[in-house]
Amino acid sequence: MSMTIALEAFLTLPRGLLLTLVLTFASLAAGFAVSVPLAFLRASSNPWASAPVLAYTYAFRGTPLLVQLFLIYYGIGQLPLVRQSFLWAVMREPFWCAFIAFTLNSAAHTTEVVRGGIQAVPRGQIEAAKALGLSRFHTARLIVFPLTLRIALPAYANEVVGMLKASSLASTITLLEVTGLARQLVSETFAPYEVFIAAGAFYLLLTLLITQGFQMLETRWTPTANRPPPAQPVPRRANGKPPLASAET
Amino acid sequence: MKRTLLLALSLVVCANNAGAMDRKTLTIASEGASPPWNAITPQGELAGFDIDVGRDLCRRMKFECTFVPQDWDGIIPALTVGKFDAIMSGMAITEKRKKSIAFSKPYAGGFNQVVIRKDLNLPPTDTLAELDLTTIDPEKQAKIEELRAALNGRTLGVLRSSNSEAVLNELFGKVATIRSYDSQDNMHLDLVAERIDGGLADYFTWKAFLDSTDGGIATLYGPRLSGGLWGPGVGVGLRQDDGELVAAFDSAIEAATSDGTLKRLSEQWFKIDVSPQTSN
Repeated sequence: MSMTIALEAFLTLPRGLLLTLVLTFASLAAGFAVSVPLAFLRASSNPWASAPVLAYTYAFRGTPLLVQLFLIYYGIGQLPLVRQSFLWAVMREPFWCAFIAFTLNSAAHTTEVVRGGIQAVPRGQIEAAKALGLSRFHTARLIVFPLTLRIALPAYANEVVGMLKASSLASTITLLEVTGLARQLVSETFAPYEVFIAAGAFYLLLTLLITQGFQMLETRWTPTANRPPPAQPVPRRANGKPPLASAET
Repeated sequence: MKRTLLLALSLVVCANNAGAMDRKTLTIASEGASPPWNAITPQGELAGFDIDVGRDLCRRMKFECTFVPQDWDGIIPALTVGKFDAIMSGMAITEKRKKSIAFSKPYAGGFNQVVIRKDLNLPPTDTLAELDLTTIDPEKQAKIEELRAALNGRTLGVLRSSNSEAVLNELFGKVATIRSYDSQDNMHLDLVAERIDGGLADYFTWKAFLDSTDGGIATLYGPRLSGGLWGPGVGVGLRQDDGELVAAFDSAIEAATSDGTLKRLSEQWFKIDVSPQTSN
């Protein structure tokens, strides 16, 4: 373990942090936007609406993201038809290929997460909305969707963390995000431990922030009645310090 | 069931110990993605100049050798932690690598060259000229500037962790966009797809690509580059504490050079002689 290399890694890798974050959150945002309408289609009882969505989510959830990324990056680049079209301005850039692959993959996972949420909304709530005379659209927008978000939140937090880690695959198509920079640094120093430990630490820190954020959201969105009782205030002693544990007394 | 497993396990352990003790077996790693140096055949086996030379050297040293494929960018760390005993993968002997591993004498020379897409229509250059970067005089500097001007604003690919990457960054890092690839094959794909304008790599690796159907879109550009960061030639990579093995490889390489085996294998794979005698 060389401290100089470890230090060099800690100074170099943050340069890739921005790209890692942009790739992760841009793909997640686009994936989420696509997935909400798809999830409603997928949850519908009409097979003409749900079957095509099922085919899509099945294909993208059932194959490795690395394969999808290679198909989109190297595969599409092979087609002269694409290379001659206006699409090529976008598809020739590694960033957009990664963004498209990640978005399609994330949308497939998120669709199933949201679909699960939609189907878990208690029937009674929907019937109550119907009884109030709300239209189907209004029921979806005002009742089903907000409840779905709350139900699906823990599963979606997994998807966010998963996407953060999956963004490291972008290094295979020449992008220099955290993992790409780490691989480059390893190639200069031949010291994989120091560099990858540093890279791992960055991912761990990001994961920690994400899980903390989702935990806060979860607490906020849980109905007050279901919340665990707030911690009782600890009675303070005269000197302002909290009472010590039983060891002293 | 448990007993057979245990027995099998102890056999494996014994076999390994025996191998370490009298060193009759040797595992050699090669990238398998830089033909004609090394490649993986459709049958999934390693083949190429490195492999043939390796077999010959093993025969001379009376070793039982197995070849294993290993990705280029992890090949040195994997050697140092003992995943295999030697690297034969067209690896140039360089000062920087010598800090991590030991090298045998060179078993081949060789040079590197820039390749660019034909449709860029750059002014033609003398692709047979030689430019040794070991010492740079004003005349050589002028040639480098010429090349730099031609590649200004281009996007160039290079194999990650290669010496070419270091040279490319040093010579053209300021004027061109550089993309590092994890394999030469992927770089070829991007060259064909026109994502990059060209690249820098070992001449023979280019040659195999340029002669293929896809390779018709690109051409050699500028002088043959050698020396400098590329070092004295291609050698066998070994662990630094394996002094005996280094000595064994050295004498085997000497023998293979003097009896013309290296020359023959070189002409067979590269069509020209890159054996140490002629290149040094």
